[in-house]
Amino acid sequence: MKKITVISGKGGTGKTTVISNMAALAENLVLADCDVDAPNMHLLLKPEITGERIFKSGKLAVRDESKCTECYLCLEFCRFGAISANFEINPIKCDGCGVCAAFCPAGAIVLEEQETGYIYISESEFGPMIHARLKAGADNSGKLVSEVRKEADKVAKEKGMELILIDGSPGIGCPVIASLNGVDAALIVTEPTRSGLSDLKRVLEVTRHFGIPAMVVTNKYDLNEGIVAEIEEYCWQMDIPVIGRIPFDPVVNQSLRDGELLIRYREDSKPAQAIKTIWQKFKETMVL
Amino acid sequence: MKITVLSGKGGTGKTTVATNLALSLENVQLLDADVEEPDSYIFLKPEFGEEYEPVKRTVPVIDEDKCTACRKCVDFCEYNALAMMLDKVLVFPEICHSCGGCMRICPEKAITEKEREIGKIRWDESGKEVEFWQGELNIGEESSVPVIEHLKKHINDEKTVIIDAQPGTTCPTVEAAIDSDYCLLVTEPTPFGLNDLKMAVEMIKEIGKPCGVIINRSEEGYNHIIEDYCKEEGIPVLMKIPFKRRIAELYSVGIPFVEELSGWKERFQELYTRIKEAIEK
Repeated sequence: MKKITVISGKGGTGKTTVISNMAALAENLVLADCDVDAPNMHLLLKPEITGERIFKSGKLAVRDESKCTECYLCLEFCRFGAISANFEINPIKCDGCGVCAAFCPAGAIVLEEQETGYIYISESEFGPMIHARLKAGADNSGKLVSEVRKEADKVAKEKGMELILIDGSPGIGCPVIASLNGVDAALIVTEPTRSGLSDLKRVLEVTRHFGIPAMVVTNKYDLNEGIVAEIEEYCWQMDIPVIGRIPFDPVVNQSLRDGELLIRYREDSKPAQAIKTIWQKFKETMVL
Repeated sequence: MKITVLSGKGGTGKTTVATNLALSLENVQLLDADVEEPDSYIFLKPEFGEEYEPVKRTVPVIDEDKCTACRKCVDFCEYNALAMMLDKVLVFPEICHSCGGCMRICPEKAITEKEREIGKIRWDESGKEVEFWQGELNIGEESSVPVIEHLKKHINDEKTVIIDAQPGTTCPTVEAAIDSDYCLLVTEPTPFGLNDLKMAVEMIKEIGKPCGVIINRSEEGYNHIIEDYCKEEGIPVLMKIPFKRRIAELYSVGIPFVEELSGWKERFQELYTRIKEAIEK
């Protein structure tokens, strides 16, 4: 079984568009939407939710006012500035480290586990799909990513699937690192803009840091072919295969606005054809 | 006055809005708090000096001579940043949240702390009209929040402060918005944009900030999904930026469109006036 994460560094380059359309071309796959901050794949694939469970993570300190002797120890020990001068605990600033609870001489503080999200086990037209929803402002998105992936692994094993495609988050921090942990390769969707290139370089440093093979797709390539050349030159130097280019075409946006898969919406369109070619190249590269 | 520019979905145009707004105003400071992928520098073209401010976090150091392998630190750590290997305590510095609990809990006083760099703060030294600061997370590090916290120490209250946040609705985005007077949400008129806008609005409600919406890549007469939602929620739509190839091309080469397309500086100034009025109310 192969696991591949689709990431981009920069947001909005087309990760979800690429992965959803690839899913429609694939056989025997499990999809995992690990962009838990802003999950969108379900909007395109419209899966039927067959199972749901609560995700518990991230503890919060809770104070029992009647026991508190206002000794200031918690205020002194808290490194997150979560305790105010009148001993109220700010749930947004609290990191759930447990120091205040462990050292409160009056035993007035306890750590409580929070329900911070939901994990959904669904069935899409193209195969099982695992996705999640994190409560607004919640901590620990990396842990939720790991939980979604565990669920995807389980389903893939049960059903004997050959491929898990993981939709990652923008950025290079904790949820991205969690989505890359132990995968066979990363497919990076970039765009020929100064920002796209700057972010691509950072994300490729991350995949190299963790020793994960990467391959690159340039979306909206005809927006600036000079930068496409720079991207491809940079990838060539880094020994990273570029497996395709997708043109900038309003039809992509139209299909998204109508909530439909591009390869169904306009199968003959140039970007749809490009994604088909990329899928072939992807299969060859990954020996699927 | 502090305005944070944010979005649930990535790539909707936060940096476009933050930089174009900054360039349209006077006496302004821009903080790039998208520390995982900072891009505002591309549009503002600052001159960063050789020097930078390191963002440091403390991590535990175990004195093996004093450690009795009692496991108290390992059991205490909520982040699993410590583990027991045979009779030795291993530290995973990237996961450590620097709470200091292990050091306090150790009965043998075998734990001390050392500092390690997890990010960098850079600033423009050219003396441009827009005072510019950038936070940057080092490669392989997981925690953006301390870098954003450090960056915010440079907020100049004498100026209009614009903070370019990370996309999403979790801790790094909250950190960029939590001390602001106003949240400016950038979205796009697709079901993705709408879904993620709803999540961002939920987050802003949680932290109790006034907010307004900018619709980017807007096409007149196509759909009104964002407008309809904003109306329902009583959130003002403050600006629409049209879906034009020219704007995308300028973006691609790092040119702020207020410098090329006439009338837009004035529109951003009007936007600012409306935000100021909303805050004063």
